[in-house]
Amino acid sequence: MSASSCSSCCQPSSIGKKVVMALTGLVLAGFVLGHMSGNLLMFKGAPAINEYAKWLHDHAGLLWAARVVLILSVIAHIWVGIQLTLENRAARAGGPADEATRRATVASRTMPYSGVVILAFVVFHLLHYTFRTVALDGAVYGDDVYKMVVAGFSCRSVSIFYIISMLLLCLHLSHGVSSVFQTLGLRNERWRSRLDFVALAYGWIIALGFISIPLAVLTGCLK
Amino acid sequence: MVQDNGKEESLALKLRVWRQRRGQPGAFEEHALAAVPTSASFLEMMDMLNEQLIKAGKDTFAFDHDCREGICGMCSMTINGMPHGPIPGVTTCQLHMRNFRDGETITVEPWRARAFPVLKDLAVDRSGFDKVIQSGGFITVRTGSAPEANNIPVPKPIADEAMDAAECIGCGACVASCKNGSAMLFVGAKINHLNILPQGQAERDRRTLAMVKTMDEAGFGNCTNYGECQAHCPKSITLDVIAKLNRDYLRARVKEFFSSTGKPSKGGD
Repeated sequence: MSASSCSSCCQPSSIGKKVVMALTGLVLAGFVLGHMSGNLLMFKGAPAINEYAKWLHDHAGLLWAARVVLILSVIAHIWVGIQLTLENRAARAGGPADEATRRATVASRTMPYSGVVILAFVVFHLLHYTFRTVALDGAVYGDDVYKMVVAGFSCRSVSIFYIISMLLLCLHLSHGVSSVFQTLGLRNERWRSRLDFVALAYGWIIALGFISIPLAVLTGCLK
Repeated sequence: MVQDNGKEESLALKLRVWRQRRGQPGAFEEHALAAVPTSASFLEMMDMLNEQLIKAGKDTFAFDHDCREGICGMCSMTINGMPHGPIPGVTTCQLHMRNFRDGETITVEPWRARAFPVLKDLAVDRSGFDKVIQSGGFITVRTGSAPEANNIPVPKPIADEAMDAAECIGCGACVASCKNGSAMLFVGAKINHLNILPQGQAERDRRTLAMVKTMDEAGFGNCTNYGECQAHCPKSITLDVIAKLNRDYLRARVKEFFSSTGKPSKGGD
């Protein structure tokens, strides 16, 4: 390979960065679907979710392989996302004094902000249910995931934070999933509105699936 | 718009117009302009303002214009925050004053983007676009006598698609409307125009890689799929050209990455 193409590998082009965002975003969007589906076992009762959790921990190799892919995707998604945001702000040079918006959706214009809140949520969520160091009042649950989740969501403020974060995830996905198709060149005027709808529906399915659990705990459906 | 008595309506306007010298910070200047006929184009209204300034012994506002019939791509004003003004699908020169109200305050600014530095007042330097074209916006042809017109068959759908993309007049409204200052709609239009025609195949991959590289180097931002460019493009070019640019770029990069060197590798047999 020539020197120029080597430097272009190390310094990705604008489209290259978009592709990184699209592919890592695809991994993360797929992960939330899997995670959400697993969570819904809460409604099947304590043994179902606890067995599922045990199954995951029994397959440590698989679990860690998934974790490594996820961690790398998160790092790349955030790193390139920050790069794009900063470059784009600089390229805009302030913009017009009274700026008009004709078409850009709220979701598309708030991607960095929804992203930051989701990141803060992920950190809290890991400390909460993976490392179990916050908001559980020091109680030890061991393998009883069901009991831990019910106890965790019994705290109203924690549940509200979860619900708000999931609504922001819906917003993030509604632009992100649709953008994946555009970035990979798999979209046209005929398919644009359909794919926008698919992305919005996907966002809502994910958000409502996740939200159903804290909501069920708060309303006493899950005890 | 003509009133019943046959007299044309006219507007009294308050104008906030950007004043800037190259390399210096700019600011808005306010001017009142009376008796603007509703049949006047926006540029004719600007001419009236400049005549008023000349009569008062003041400096006129510099602005770009040429054909005044919507095909050259020279006019370039951001009107009330919208490149080419409030009516979708028209250039500033084809925007008429009947689209404004009597007594309205109109804000007139240059294109706002780092890659388009202000030359003076409302005129910006769009040579970033020229550099992109120079890097790949051409095809190789045999010069000399005119070739036979139908030597190379072009399927009708391909010709139509190429012509849709070729509608781009390179005005820069896509960059000015993009919240990222991205030139992807422009580059996408040029790439689509040339990459799908049989005449453009020889340089297809080289063109795509070179034009994207030049676009990045010229200081344009990255596309994040806002869609503002399509909504402000005076020729209504769609985001399809960007999707296809992305696809062609990926294809070219993969082909480049796995291109044959023509020689066995050092460790091979």
